[in-house]
Amino acid sequence: MLRWLPLAPATLLLLVFLAGPIGYCVYIAFTDMQLTGSSGTGFVGFDNFRRAFADPGFRNAVWLTVVFTVVSSILGQNTLGLALAALMRRASRPVRTLTGTLVIAAWVLPEIVAAFLLYAFFRREGTLNAVLDWLHLPTQNWLFGLPILAVSFANVWRGTAFSMLIYSAALAEIPQEITEAAEVDGASGPRRLWHITLPMIRRSIGTNLMLNTLQTLSVFGLIWAMTRGGPGRRSQTLPVFMYDQAFLKSLIGYGTAVALLLLLVGALFSVVYLRLMKVEV
Amino acid sequence: MRVLGRVRRRTRERLAADAALLAVAAAFALPLLWLLLSSLDTDADLRVRVPGNPTLDNFSAVWTDEITFTPMLNSLVLCGGATALTVVCAVLAAYPLSRYRSRLTRPYLLTVLFTTCLPITAVMVPVYGLFVQVDLIDTVYGTALFLATAQLPFAIWLMKNFMDGVPRVLEEAAWTDGASMPQTLWRVVLPLMGPGVTVVTIYTFIMLWGNFFVPFMLLLSPDRLPASVSIFTFFGNYGSVVYGELAAFSILYSTPVLLLYVVIAQRLGGGFALGGAVKG
Repeated sequence: MLRWLPLAPATLLLLVFLAGPIGYCVYIAFTDMQLTGSSGTGFVGFDNFRRAFADPGFRNAVWLTVVFTVVSSILGQNTLGLALAALMRRASRPVRTLTGTLVIAAWVLPEIVAAFLLYAFFRREGTLNAVLDWLHLPTQNWLFGLPILAVSFANVWRGTAFSMLIYSAALAEIPQEITEAAEVDGASGPRRLWHITLPMIRRSIGTNLMLNTLQTLSVFGLIWAMTRGGPGRRSQTLPVFMYDQAFLKSLIGYGTAVALLLLLVGALFSVVYLRLMKVEV
Repeated sequence: MRVLGRVRRRTRERLAADAALLAVAAAFALPLLWLLLSSLDTDADLRVRVPGNPTLDNFSAVWTDEITFTPMLNSLVLCGGATALTVVCAVLAAYPLSRYRSRLTRPYLLTVLFTTCLPITAVMVPVYGLFVQVDLIDTVYGTALFLATAQLPFAIWLMKNFMDGVPRVLEEAAWTDGASMPQTLWRVVLPLMGPGVTVVTIYTFIMLWGNFFVPFMLLLSPDRLPASVSIFTFFGNYGSVVYGELAAFSILYSTPVLLLYVVIAQRLGGGFALGGAVKG
Protein backbone atom coordinates (compact mmCIF):
# COMPACT_ATOMS: atom_id res chain seq x y z
CA MET A 1 0.00 0.00 0.00
CA LEU A 2 2.87 2.28 0.95
CA ARG A 3 4.19 2.28 -2.58
CA TRP A 4 1.12 4.16 -3.78
CA LEU A 5 1.86 6.95 -1.27
CA PRO A 6 3.60 9.20 -3.85
CA LEU A 7 0.23 9.60 -5.57
CA ALA A 8 -1.13 11.36 -2.48
CA PRO A 9 0.01 14.98 -3.03
CA ALA A 10 -1.21 15.14 -6.62
CA THR A 11 -4.48 13.42 -5.75
CA LEU A 12 -5.06 15.73 -2.80
CA LEU A 13 -4.53 18.84 -4.95
CA LEU A 14 -6.81 17.53 -7.68
CA LEU A 15 -9.54 16.63 -5.19
CA VAL A 16 -9.40 19.91 -3.26
CA PHE A 17 -8.91 22.39 -6.08
CA LEU A 18 -10.56 20.68 -9.04
CA ALA A 19 -13.03 18.01 -8.00
CA GLY A 20 -14.10 20.23 -5.08
CA PRO A 21 -14.99 23.25 -7.21
CA ILE A 22 -16.73 21.05 -9.78
CA GLY A 23 -18.86 19.52 -7.02
CA TYR A 24 -19.51 22.95 -5.56
CA CYS A 25 -20.41 24.10 -9.09
CA VAL A 26 -23.11 21.43 -9.27
CA TYR A 27 -24.47 22.60 -5.90
CA ILE A 28 -24.49 26.38 -6.58
CA ALA A 29 -26.07 25.89 -9.98
CA PHE A 30 -29.23 24.78 -8.18
CA THR A 31 -29.31 27.80 -5.84
CA ASP A 32 -30.05 31.50 -6.27
CA MET A 33 -26.74 32.59 -4.74
CA GLN A 34 -25.80 36.21 -5.33
CA LEU A 35 -22.59 38.04 -4.61
CA THR A 36 -24.23 40.98 -2.91
CA GLY A 37 -27.47 41.33 -0.98
CA SER A 38 -28.39 40.01 2.42
CA SER A 39 -30.89 37.40 1.22
CA GLY A 40 -29.71 33.93 2.11
CA THR A 41 -28.96 31.37 -0.54
CA GLY A 42 -31.97 29.23 -1.35
CA PHE A 43 -32.38 26.03 -3.28
CA VAL A 44 -34.18 26.72 -6.55
CA GLY A 45 -34.01 23.39 -8.37
CA PHE A 46 -33.79 23.63 -12.13
CA ASP A 47 -34.81 27.32 -12.20
CA ASN A 48 -31.39 28.53 -13.34
CA PHE A 49 -31.38 26.11 -16.26
CA ARG A 50 -34.96 26.89 -17.27
CA ARG A 51 -34.07 30.54 -17.07
CA ALA A 52 -30.97 30.01 -19.18
CA PHE A 53 -32.82 28.31 -22.00
CA ALA A 54 -35.44 31.06 -22.00
CA ASP A 55 -32.85 33.87 -21.86
CA PRO A 56 -32.11 35.47 -25.25
CA GLY A 57 -28.68 36.48 -23.88
CA PHE A 58 -27.84 32.84 -23.19
CA ARG A 59 -29.12 31.64 -26.56
CA ASN A 60 -27.12 34.37 -28.23
CA ALA A 61 -24.02 33.18 -26.34
CA VAL A 62 -24.61 29.56 -27.36
CA TRP A 63 -24.99 30.56 -30.99
CA LEU A 64 -21.85 32.73 -30.92
CA THR A 65 -19.91 29.93 -29.24
CA VAL A 66 -20.95 27.59 -32.05
CA VAL A 67 -19.92 30.15 -34.69
CA PHE A 68 -16.63 30.86 -32.89
CA THR A 69 -15.83 27.14 -32.55
CA VAL A 70 -16.78 26.15 -36.08
CA VAL A 71 -15.08 29.10 -37.79
CA SER A 72 -11.93 29.32 -35.72
CA SER A 73 -11.31 25.77 -34.63
CA ILE A 74 -12.85 23.39 -37.16
CA LEU A 75 -12.56 25.43 -40.35
CA GLY A 76 -9.69 27.68 -39.35
CA GLN A 77 -7.04 26.08 -37.15
CA ASN A 78 -7.71 22.55 -38.29
CA THR A 79 -7.78 23.16 -42.05
CA LEU A 80 -5.02 25.76 -42.11
CA GLY A 81 -2.88 23.57 -39.85
CA LEU A 82 -3.27 20.61 -42.21
CA ALA A 83 -2.60 22.78 -45.27
CA LEU A 84 0.53 24.22 -43.70
CA ALA A 85 1.83 20.81 -42.67
CA ALA A 86 1.19 19.42 -46.18
CA LEU A 87 2.72 22.41 -47.97
CA MET A 88 5.78 22.29 -45.74
CA ARG A 89 6.64 18.84 -47.04
CA ARG A 90 6.99 20.26 -50.55
CA ALA A 91 8.45 23.67 -49.77
CA SER A 92 12.10 24.61 -49.65
CA ARG A 93 13.88 24.58 -46.34
CA PRO A 94 14.22 28.33 -45.61
CA VAL A 95 10.54 29.00 -46.36
CA ARG A 96 9.56 26.06 -44.17
CA THR A 97 11.65 27.31 -41.27
CA LEU A 98 10.41 30.89 -41.60
CA THR A 99 6.73 29.97 -41.72
CA GLY A 100 7.06 27.44 -38.93
CA THR A 101 8.83 29.92 -36.68
CA LEU A 102 6.24 32.66 -37.20
CA VAL A 103 3.25 30.37 -36.68
CA ILE A 104 4.78 28.87 -33.54
CA ALA A 105 5.76 32.31 -32.18
CA ALA A 106 2.10 33.37 -32.40
CA TRP A 107 1.23 30.28 -30.35
CA VAL A 108 3.90 30.69 -27.66
CA LEU A 109 3.16 34.38 -27.11
CA PRO A 110 1.14 35.02 -23.90
CA GLU A 111 -2.61 35.19 -24.51
CA ILE A 112 -2.97 38.84 -23.54
CA VAL A 113 -0.11 39.98 -25.76
CA ALA A 114 -1.72 38.13 -28.66
CA ALA A 115 -5.05 39.78 -27.86
CA PHE A 116 -3.43 43.19 -27.78
CA LEU A 117 -1.63 42.62 -31.10
CA LEU A 118 -4.79 41.50 -32.84
CA TYR A 119 -6.80 44.30 -31.31
CA ALA A 120 -4.38 46.70 -32.98
CA PHE A 121 -4.50 44.67 -36.20
CA PHE A 122 -8.31 44.71 -36.49
CA ARG A 123 -9.00 48.26 -35.32
CA ARG A 124 -10.50 50.68 -37.83
CA GLU A 125 -7.19 52.54 -38.08
CA GLY A 126 -5.20 49.30 -37.79
CA THR A 127 -2.95 47.33 -40.11
CA LEU A 128 -5.58 45.12 -41.74
CA ASN A 129 -7.50 48.08 -43.11
CA ALA A 130 -4.26 49.71 -44.23
CA VAL A 131 -3.40 46.58 -46.23
CA LEU A 132 -6.92 46.30 -47.69
CA ASP A 133 -6.82 49.96 -48.64
CA TRP A 134 -3.47 49.48 -50.34
CA LEU A 135 -4.92 46.56 -52.33
CA HIS A 136 -7.95 48.74 -53.21
CA LEU A 137 -10.28 46.37 -51.36
CA PRO A 138 -13.19 47.62 -49.23
CA THR A 139 -12.28 48.27 -45.61
CA GLN A 140 -14.41 47.48 -42.56
CA ASN A 141 -14.62 48.48 -38.95
CA TRP A 142 -13.91 44.88 -38.00
CA LEU A 143 -14.25 45.03 -34.22
CA PHE A 144 -17.53 46.90 -34.55
CA GLY A 145 -19.07 45.42 -37.68
CA LEU A 146 -17.96 41.78 -37.51
CA PRO A 147 -16.65 41.28 -33.97
CA ILE A 148 -17.23 37.52 -33.84
CA LEU A 149 -15.33 37.08 -37.09
CA ALA A 150 -12.47 39.26 -35.83
CA VAL A 151 -12.07 37.22 -32.64
CA SER A 152 -12.38 33.99 -34.64
CA PHE A 153 -9.54 35.05 -36.92
CA ALA A 154 -7.57 36.07 -33.85
CA ASN A 155 -8.03 32.56 -32.49
CA VAL A 156 -6.87 31.08 -35.79
CA TRP A 157 -3.75 33.26 -35.69
CA ARG A 158 -3.07 32.16 -32.16
CA GLY A 159 -3.95 28.48 -32.27
CA THR A 160 -3.00 27.11 -35.68
CA ALA A 161 0.48 26.06 -34.57
CA PHE A 162 -0.93 23.20 -32.49
CA SER A 163 -2.70 21.63 -35.48
CA MET A 164 0.32 22.24 -37.67
CA LEU A 165 2.55 20.33 -35.21
CA ILE A 166 0.11 17.43 -34.87
CA TYR A 167 -0.36 17.11 -38.64
CA SER A 168 3.36 17.44 -39.37
CA ALA A 169 3.99 14.51 -37.04
CA ALA A 170 1.15 12.53 -38.63
CA LEU A 171 2.24 13.18 -42.23
CA ALA A 172 5.83 12.25 -41.41
CA GLU A 173 4.60 8.80 -40.38
CA ILE A 174 3.03 7.98 -43.75
CA PRO A 175 5.39 5.61 -45.57
CA GLN A 176 6.93 7.32 -48.59
CA GLU A 177 6.39 4.29 -50.88
CA ILE A 178 2.62 4.53 -50.69
CA THR A 179 2.38 8.09 -51.97
CA GLU A 180 5.07 7.44 -54.57
CA ALA A 181 3.27 4.38 -55.87
CA ALA A 182 0.07 6.39 -56.23
CA GLU A 183 1.98 9.12 -58.00
CA VAL A 184 3.46 6.68 -60.50
CA ASP A 185 -0.03 5.29 -61.08
CA GLY A 186 -1.00 8.80 -62.11
CA ALA A 187 -3.21 9.80 -59.15
CA SER A 188 -3.52 13.59 -59.02
CA GLY A 189 -2.66 15.66 -55.95
CA PRO A 190 -6.25 16.15 -54.69
CA ARG A 191 -7.06 12.48 -55.28
CA ARG A 192 -3.96 11.38 -53.38
CA LEU A 193 -4.99 13.66 -50.53
CA TRP A 194 -8.57 12.37 -50.42
CA HIS A 195 -7.97 8.65 -50.95
CA ILE A 196 -4.62 8.09 -49.30
CA THR A 197 -3.42 10.82 -47.00
CA LEU A 198 -6.65 11.71 -45.18
CA PRO A 199 -7.67 8.10 -44.42
CA MET A 200 -4.18 7.37 -43.12
CA ILE A 201 -4.15 10.28 -40.68
CA ARG A 202 -7.77 10.02 -39.58
CA ARG A 203 -6.81 9.31 -35.97
CA SER A 204 -4.79 12.49 -35.84
CA ILE A 205 -7.65 14.42 -37.40
CA GLY A 206 -10.00 13.13 -34.70
CA THR A 207 -7.58 13.98 -31.89
CA ASN A 208 -6.84 17.39 -33.28
CA LEU A 209 -10.48 18.35 -33.85
CA MET A 210 -11.37 17.26 -30.35
CA LEU A 211 -8.53 19.04 -28.59
CA ASN A 212 -8.95 22.21 -30.66
CA THR A 213 -12.66 22.33 -29.97
CA LEU A 214 -12.15 21.90 -26.23
CA GLN A 215 -9.45 24.55 -26.23
CA THR A 216 -11.64 26.97 -28.18
CA LEU A 217 -14.68 26.37 -25.94
CA SER A 218 -12.80 27.84 -22.99
CA VAL A 219 -11.20 30.88 -24.67
CA PHE A 220 -11.85 33.91 -22.48
CA GLY A 221 -8.87 36.29 -22.28
CA LEU A 222 -8.52 36.75 -26.04
CA ILE A 223 -12.16 37.79 -26.51
CA TRP A 224 -12.39 39.76 -23.30
CA ALA A 225 -9.32 41.83 -24.11
CA MET A 226 -10.26 42.43 -27.75
CA THR A 227 -13.97 43.27 -27.50
CA ARG A 228 -15.22 42.59 -23.93
CA GLY A 229 -17.92 40.55 -25.62
CA GLY A 230 -19.24 43.62 -27.41
CA PRO A 231 -20.30 45.74 -29.08
CA GLY A 232 -23.56 44.96 -27.31
CA ARG A 233 -23.39 41.19 -27.06
CA ARG A 234 -22.16 40.46 -30.53
CA SER A 235 -19.01 38.60 -29.49
CA GLN A 236 -20.23 37.30 -26.14
CA THR A 237 -19.42 33.59 -26.18
CA LEU A 238 -20.37 31.34 -23.25
CA PRO A 239 -17.29 31.97 -21.07
CA VAL A 240 -17.72 35.74 -21.48
CA PHE A 241 -21.47 35.45 -20.79
CA MET A 242 -20.72 33.40 -17.69
CA TYR A 243 -18.27 35.99 -16.40
CA ASP A 244 -20.69 38.80 -17.16
CA GLN A 245 -23.60 37.18 -15.31
CA ALA A 246 -21.66 35.85 -12.34
CA PHE A 247 -19.43 38.83 -11.63
CA LEU A 248 -20.64 41.95 -13.35
CA LYS A 249 -24.31 41.17 -12.62
CA SER A 250 -23.47 39.31 -9.39
CA LEU A 251 -25.72 36.36 -10.24
CA ILE A 252 -23.42 33.62 -8.99
CA GLY A 253 -26.05 30.89 -9.10
CA TYR A 254 -27.07 31.66 -12.66
CA GLY A 255 -23.48 32.17 -13.85
CA THR A 256 -22.53 28.83 -12.34
CA ALA A 257 -25.42 27.08 -14.08
CA VAL A 258 -23.99 28.40 -17.35
CA ALA A 259 -20.52 27.21 -16.29
CA LEU A 260 -21.95 23.79 -15.52
CA LEU A 261 -23.49 23.56 -18.99
CA LEU A 262 -20.13 24.52 -20.51
CA LEU A 263 -18.43 21.90 -18.35
CA LEU A 264 -20.96 19.27 -19.45
CA VAL A 265 -20.34 20.01 -23.13
CA GLY A 266 -16.59 19.78 -22.46
CA ALA A 267 -17.03 16.51 -20.53
CA LEU A 268 -19.10 15.07 -23.37
CA PHE A 269 -16.40 15.93 -25.91
CA SER A 270 -13.73 14.45 -23.61
CA VAL A 271 -15.58 11.16 -23.26
CA VAL A 272 -16.08 10.94 -27.02
CA TYR A 273 -12.39 11.70 -27.43
CA LEU A 274 -11.29 9.00 -24.99
CA ARG A 275 -13.58 6.46 -26.67
CA LEU A 276 -12.69 7.39 -30.20
CA MET A 277 -8.98 7.31 -29.56
CA LYS A 278 -9.14 4.10 -27.52
CA VAL A 279 -6.34 5.52 -25.41
CA GLU A 280 -3.88 2.90 -24.23
CA VAL A 281 -2.66 3.44 -20.70
CA MET B 1 11.82 12.41 -70.78
CA ARG B 2 9.39 11.12 -68.15
CA VAL B 3 11.99 11.50 -65.43
CA LEU B 4 12.78 15.01 -66.58
CA GLY B 5 9.06 15.81 -66.59
CA ARG B 6 8.73 14.62 -63.05
CA VAL B 7 11.70 16.67 -61.88
CA ARG B 8 10.19 19.72 -63.54
CA ARG B 9 6.88 19.05 -61.87
CA ARG B 10 8.62 18.74 -58.51
CA THR B 11 10.22 22.13 -59.01
CA ARG B 12 6.88 23.65 -59.97
CA GLU B 13 5.27 22.11 -56.92
CA ARG B 14 8.00 23.45 -54.69
CA LEU B 15 7.61 26.97 -56.03
CA ALA B 16 3.84 26.85 -55.59
CA ALA B 17 4.21 25.57 -52.03
CA ASP B 18 6.81 28.26 -51.27
CA ALA B 19 4.54 30.99 -52.60
CA ALA B 20 1.54 29.77 -50.59
CA LEU B 21 3.57 29.45 -47.40
CA LEU B 22 5.10 32.89 -47.83
CA ALA B 23 1.63 34.41 -48.12
CA VAL B 24 0.58 32.73 -44.86
CA ALA B 25 3.87 33.73 -43.25
CA ALA B 26 3.21 37.36 -44.19
CA ALA B 27 -0.24 37.25 -42.62
CA PHE B 28 1.19 35.80 -39.42
CA ALA B 29 4.10 38.25 -39.44
CA LEU B 30 2.12 41.50 -39.73
CA PRO B 31 0.85 41.68 -36.12
CA LEU B 32 4.26 40.65 -34.82
CA LEU B 33 5.97 43.19 -37.02
CA TRP B 34 3.70 45.88 -35.61
CA LEU B 35 4.86 44.90 -32.12
CA LEU B 36 8.53 45.17 -33.00
CA LEU B 37 8.27 48.41 -34.95
CA SER B 38 5.96 50.15 -32.48
CA SER B 39 8.23 49.36 -29.57
CA LEU B 40 10.94 51.45 -31.26
CA ASP B 41 8.60 54.28 -32.22
CA THR B 42 7.57 56.93 -29.69
CA ASP B 43 4.72 58.07 -31.98
CA ALA B 44 3.42 54.58 -32.65
CA ASP B 45 -0.22 54.18 -33.61
CA LEU B 46 -2.20 51.08 -34.54
CA ARG B 47 -0.75 50.50 -37.96
CA VAL B 48 2.48 48.85 -39.07
CA ARG B 49 4.91 51.65 -39.87
CA VAL B 50 8.67 51.97 -39.93
CA PRO B 51 9.59 54.43 -37.17
CA GLY B 52 10.93 57.81 -38.35
CA ASN B 53 13.80 57.73 -35.94
CA PRO B 54 13.97 54.47 -34.01
CA THR B 55 14.77 54.87 -30.31
CA LEU B 56 14.72 52.76 -27.18
CA ASP B 57 12.78 55.49 -25.34
CA ASN B 58 9.70 53.29 -24.97
CA PHE B 59 11.76 50.64 -23.23
CA SER B 60 13.32 53.12 -20.81
CA ALA B 61 9.87 54.60 -20.13
CA VAL B 62 8.46 51.26 -18.96
CA TRP B 63 11.72 50.21 -17.26
CA THR B 64 10.37 51.12 -13.82
CA ASP B 65 9.43 49.30 -10.65
CA GLU B 66 5.77 49.99 -11.06
CA ILE B 67 5.32 49.00 -14.70
CA THR B 68 7.88 46.28 -15.31
CA PHE B 69 9.78 44.96 -12.31
CA THR B 70 7.01 44.43 -9.78
CA PRO B 71 4.63 42.61 -12.17
CA MET B 72 7.45 40.52 -13.65
CA LEU B 73 8.67 39.59 -10.18
CA ASN B 74 5.09 38.74 -9.20
CA SER B 75 4.80 36.53 -12.27
CA LEU B 76 8.07 34.85 -11.42
CA VAL B 77 7.06 34.11 -7.82
CA LEU B 78 3.54 32.99 -8.77
CA CYS B 79 4.44 30.89 -11.80
CA GLY B 80 7.77 29.67 -10.44
CA GLY B 81 6.11 28.48 -7.23
CA ALA B 82 3.23 26.85 -9.10
CA THR B 83 5.62 25.19 -11.57
CA ALA B 84 7.78 23.75 -8.78
CA LEU B 85 4.70 22.35 -7.06
CA THR B 86 3.33 20.90 -10.31
CA VAL B 87 6.59 19.22 -11.25
CA VAL B 88 7.21 17.71 -7.79
CA CYS B 89 3.66 16.35 -7.58
CA ALA B 90 3.79 15.08 -11.17
CA VAL B 91 7.10 13.23 -10.65
CA LEU B 92 5.83 11.61 -7.47
CA ALA B 93 2.52 10.64 -9.05
CA ALA B 94 4.08 9.38 -12.28
CA TYR B 95 6.37 6.93 -10.47
CA PRO B 96 3.81 4.46 -9.14
CA LEU B 97 1.63 4.96 -12.24
CA SER B 98 4.53 4.03 -14.48
CA ARG B 99 6.03 1.24 -12.36
CA TYR B 100 3.25 -0.65 -10.61
CA ARG B 101 0.21 -2.40 -11.97
CA SER B 102 -3.05 -2.29 -10.16
CA ARG B 103 -6.73 -2.33 -11.00
CA LEU B 104 -6.75 1.38 -10.21
CA THR B 105 -3.94 2.50 -12.52
CA ARG B 106 -6.02 2.59 -15.66
CA PRO B 107 -9.06 4.40 -14.22
CA TYR B 108 -6.72 6.88 -12.53
CA LEU B 109 -4.89 7.67 -15.76
CA LEU B 110 -8.11 7.92 -17.73
CA THR B 111 -9.50 10.33 -15.14
CA VAL B 112 -6.33 12.40 -15.41
CA LEU B 113 -6.60 12.50 -19.19
CA PHE B 114 -10.30 13.34 -18.96
CA THR B 115 -9.49 16.22 -16.61
CA THR B 116 -6.86 17.50 -19.03
CA CYS B 117 -9.64 18.07 -21.54
CA LEU B 118 -12.10 19.89 -19.28
CA PRO B 119 -12.56 23.63 -19.95
CA ILE B 120 -10.91 25.10 -16.84
CA THR B 121 -12.51 28.47 -17.61
CA ALA B 122 -15.85 27.02 -16.55
CA VAL B 123 -14.55 26.11 -13.08
CA MET B 124 -13.48 29.66 -12.27
CA VAL B 125 -16.83 30.84 -10.86
CA PRO B 126 -17.06 28.14 -8.18
CA VAL B 127 -13.32 28.44 -7.49
CA TYR B 128 -13.83 32.11 -6.83
CA GLY B 129 -16.74 31.35 -4.50
CA LEU B 130 -14.71 28.71 -2.71
CA PHE B 131 -11.70 31.02 -2.34
CA VAL B 132 -13.87 33.74 -0.82
CA GLN B 133 -15.28 31.30 1.73
CA VAL B 134 -11.95 29.83 2.85
CA ASP B 135 -10.22 33.21 2.71
CA LEU B 136 -7.75 32.32 -0.03
CA ILE B 137 -8.86 35.14 -2.30
CA ASP B 138 -6.16 37.68 -3.18
CA THR B 139 -3.38 35.45 -1.82
CA VAL B 140 -0.42 34.53 -3.99
CA TYR B 141 -0.09 31.02 -2.51
CA GLY B 142 -3.80 30.31 -3.01
CA THR B 143 -3.59 31.36 -6.64
CA ALA B 144 -0.40 29.35 -7.11
CA LEU B 145 -2.09 26.27 -5.63
CA PHE B 146 -4.95 26.53 -8.10
CA LEU B 147 -2.66 27.23 -11.05
CA ALA B 148 -0.56 24.19 -10.13
CA THR B 149 -3.66 22.00 -9.91
CA ALA B 150 -5.01 23.18 -13.25
CA GLN B 151 -1.72 22.28 -14.94
CA LEU B 152 -1.21 19.06 -13.00
CA PRO B 153 -3.23 16.56 -15.08
CA PHE B 154 -1.30 17.28 -18.27
CA ALA B 155 2.00 17.32 -16.38
CA ILE B 156 1.27 13.89 -14.83
CA TRP B 157 0.34 12.53 -18.23
CA LEU B 158 3.50 13.83 -19.94
CA MET B 159 5.74 12.80 -17.04
CA LYS B 160 4.31 9.27 -16.99
CA ASN B 161 4.98 8.91 -20.72
CA PHE B 162 8.58 10.08 -20.29
CA MET B 163 9.07 7.77 -17.30
CA ASP B 164 7.76 4.78 -19.24
CA GLY B 165 10.74 5.33 -21.56
CA VAL B 166 13.27 4.71 -18.78
CA PRO B 167 14.29 1.02 -18.71
CA ARG B 168 13.68 -0.83 -15.46
CA VAL B 169 16.85 -2.89 -15.44
CA LEU B 170 18.97 -0.32 -13.59
CA GLU B 171 16.21 0.22 -11.09
CA GLU B 172 16.02 -3.49 -10.35
CA ALA B 173 19.76 -3.50 -9.75
CA ALA B 174 19.32 -0.68 -7.24
CA TRP B 175 16.50 -2.61 -5.54
CA THR B 176 18.71 -5.64 -5.05
CA ASP B 177 21.41 -3.40 -3.61
CA GLY B 178 18.84 -2.49 -0.98
CA ALA B 179 17.91 1.01 -2.16
CA SER B 180 14.58 2.33 -0.97
CA MET B 181 11.94 3.62 -3.36
CA PRO B 182 12.67 7.33 -2.82
CA GLN B 183 16.40 6.62 -3.34
CA THR B 184 15.73 4.75 -6.56
CA LEU B 185 13.49 7.49 -7.86
CA TRP B 186 15.94 10.26 -6.96
CA ARG B 187 19.24 8.58 -7.87
CA VAL B 188 18.32 6.29 -10.76
CA VAL B 189 15.11 7.24 -12.51
CA LEU B 190 15.23 11.04 -12.44
CA PRO B 191 18.79 11.40 -13.76
CA LEU B 192 17.84 9.13 -16.67
CA MET B 193 14.80 11.21 -17.56
CA GLY B 194 16.45 14.60 -17.21
CA PRO B 195 15.26 15.87 -20.60
CA GLY B 196 11.70 14.75 -19.85
CA VAL B 197 11.63 16.60 -16.54
CA THR B 198 13.08 19.71 -18.21
CA VAL B 199 10.43 19.64 -20.91
CA VAL B 200 7.57 19.25 -18.43
CA THR B 201 9.00 22.03 -16.24
CA ILE B 202 9.47 24.50 -19.07
CA TYR B 203 6.16 23.67 -20.70
CA THR B 204 4.31 24.13 -17.38
CA PHE B 205 6.06 27.43 -16.76
CA ILE B 206 5.21 28.75 -20.25
CA MET B 207 1.54 27.85 -19.83
CA LEU B 208 1.36 29.50 -16.40
CA TRP B 209 3.30 32.61 -17.42
CA GLY B 210 0.72 33.33 -20.12
CA ASN B 211 -2.31 32.46 -18.01
CA PHE B 212 -4.56 35.47 -17.68
CA PHE B 213 -7.95 34.36 -16.38
CA VAL B 214 -6.89 32.65 -13.14
CA PRO B 215 -4.87 35.52 -11.61
CA PHE B 216 -7.38 38.00 -13.10
CA MET B 217 -10.10 36.35 -11.00
CA LEU B 218 -8.25 35.37 -7.86
CA LEU B 219 -5.90 38.32 -7.25
CA LEU B 220 -7.22 41.78 -6.49
CA SER B 221 -4.43 43.94 -5.03
CA PRO B 222 -2.60 45.85 -7.76
CA ASP B 223 0.77 45.18 -6.13
CA ARG B 224 0.25 41.40 -6.38
CA LEU B 225 -0.80 41.23 -10.02
CA PRO B 226 1.43 39.29 -12.42
CA ALA B 227 2.42 40.77 -15.78
CA SER B 228 -0.40 38.93 -17.63
CA VAL B 229 -2.99 40.94 -15.67
CA SER B 230 -1.07 44.20 -15.20
CA ILE B 231 -0.62 44.56 -18.95
CA PHE B 232 -4.39 44.26 -19.28
CA THR B 233 -5.10 47.07 -16.82
CA PHE B 234 -2.42 49.04 -18.65
CA PHE B 235 -4.28 48.91 -21.96
CA GLY B 236 -7.67 48.28 -20.42
CA ASN B 237 -8.15 52.02 -19.97
CA TYR B 238 -8.17 52.70 -23.71
CA GLY B 239 -8.25 56.42 -24.52
CA SER B 240 -4.83 57.48 -23.35
CA VAL B 241 -2.79 54.42 -24.32
CA VAL B 242 0.79 55.03 -25.37
CA TYR B 243 1.02 52.20 -27.89
CA GLY B 244 4.79 52.33 -28.16
CA GLU B 245 5.25 51.76 -24.44
CA LEU B 246 2.66 49.03 -24.38
CA ALA B 247 4.49 47.29 -27.23
CA ALA B 248 7.80 47.64 -25.42
CA PHE B 249 6.31 46.13 -22.26
CA SER B 250 4.70 43.31 -24.26
CA ILE B 251 8.11 42.42 -25.64
CA LEU B 252 9.71 42.40 -22.20
CA TYR B 253 6.89 40.25 -20.86
CA SER B 254 6.96 37.76 -23.76
CA THR B 255 10.73 37.31 -24.07
CA PRO B 256 11.19 34.76 -21.24
CA VAL B 257 8.63 32.32 -22.66
CA LEU B 258 9.87 32.68 -26.23
CA LEU B 259 13.42 31.89 -25.09
CA LEU B 260 12.27 28.96 -22.96
CA TYR B 261 10.31 27.57 -25.90
CA VAL B 262 13.49 27.58 -27.97
CA VAL B 263 15.11 25.44 -25.26
CA ILE B 264 12.38 22.78 -25.39
CA ALA B 265 12.24 22.88 -29.18
CA GLN B 266 15.95 22.06 -29.28
CA ARG B 267 15.62 19.29 -26.73
CA LEU B 268 12.81 17.73 -28.70
CA GLY B 269 14.14 18.29 -32.18
CA GLY B 270 11.86 21.00 -33.48
CA GLY B 271 9.18 20.81 -30.84
CA PHE B 272 7.30 18.22 -32.83
CA ALA B 273 7.49 15.65 -30.08
CA LEU B 274 5.14 17.67 -27.90
CA GLY B 275 2.60 17.34 -30.68
CA GLY B 276 3.35 13.62 -30.60
CA ALA B 277 3.00 13.47 -26.83
CA VAL B 278 -0.57 14.75 -26.88
CA LYS B 279 -1.57 12.57 -29.79
CA GLY B 280 -2.87 9.96 -27.33
